[in-house]
Amino acid sequence: MTRPGARERENLLAKVVAITSGKGGVGKTTTAAAFAAGLAMRGHKTVVIDFDVGLRNLDLVMGCERRVVFDFINVINGDANLNQALIKDKRNDNLYIFPTSQTRDKDALKREGVERVLEELKQQFDFIICDSPAGIEHGAVTALYFADNAIIVTNPEVSSVRDSDRIIGILASRSRRAERNEPPVETNLLLTRYDPGRVAKGEMLTVEDVQEILSIPLLGVIPESEAVLRASNTGTPITFDEDSPAGRAYSDAVARFLGEQREMRFVQPERRGFFRVLFGRA
Amino acid sequence: MRLFNLLFQPRPSSASIAKERLKIVLAHERAGSHAPDFLPRLQKELIDVVGRYVEIRDDMIRVSLGKAGETSLLEINIEIEGAKTKAQLASAVA
Repeated sequence: MTRPGARERENLLAKVVAITSGKGGVGKTTTAAAFAAGLAMRGHKTVVIDFDVGLRNLDLVMGCERRVVFDFINVINGDANLNQALIKDKRNDNLYIFPTSQTRDKDALKREGVERVLEELKQQFDFIICDSPAGIEHGAVTALYFADNAIIVTNPEVSSVRDSDRIIGILASRSRRAERNEPPVETNLLLTRYDPGRVAKGEMLTVEDVQEILSIPLLGVIPESEAVLRASNTGTPITFDEDSPAGRAYSDAVARFLGEQREMRFVQPERRGFFRVLFGRA
Repeated sequence: MRLFNLLFQPRPSSASIAKERLKIVLAHERAGSHAPDFLPRLQKELIDVVGRYVEIRDDMIRVSLGKAGETSLLEINIEIEGAKTKAQLASAVA
């Protein structure tokens, strides 16, 4: 077997992954941070990009808000080079953050500019995680346009499921792969804020319900967890919290994304042990 | 040990860390939401000016805007360690 050229090999390996949902507040940024951290922890050089121009938040969730000097728009406009804008994570050497701009000019995200930056990133990184803004406007479409893979972040709740369905439709019709008649964007479902207790009581859609409606492969189920808020409070991707159920569920999802088989955890109601009942801890 | 930590450790809660981080980032953003736009241009021009006297690469200058109490702080870090001054080069030739 001949070894492909270095440049070619890098391009083959580099994957652009869009984290998207249509609806806001379902956990896109949390997921982008957690996924990027999880891939980095497994040794893959990963960058996570904030596509939410005007409403920068990934920097806060990643805990690097005081280190932002240059941003995505600066690089697109040629005011700064890529390596000046990339922020290296202090906890993991494989992890980089690419913050967005706070400009109000939503059209600053020009498609040709984004393409140029992504091509440059592909030379350096294995995975490029794109944190999409909510909605189906310019920013959200730009975030998914160049994707090889997409992760649809969905809550087990009617409006979220409906919006996820719309965004799956947009991926299938308006992504670059669709426009060029290439193999479609590999699209997976990630169900977040899942509460097995309420599911058992019949108060919440089950994993199977959501999967049946959206009919895309399931990458993982992230249980509702207090640890997620604690992590964002301190600017820590939840995957770094290896004791929390949500952190472990994200690690599982990352492993499945990389092709491993992992049993679904955290989908059954937790059995409350004697001590937990006694001390009333949820 | 965990219980001991919970009871006695005066570690700040994650909520208070969140509040502190938000205060800092919002103070910065409210102070000059348009200000950072000129930073890249400022940096470019600084590189030009400094570059007339010492050899310098793009990544040896870092410009940032911050706040210290009531005062806005424009912080410019120029790394010139190991850089040769052009005067030295010129006099060596002469």
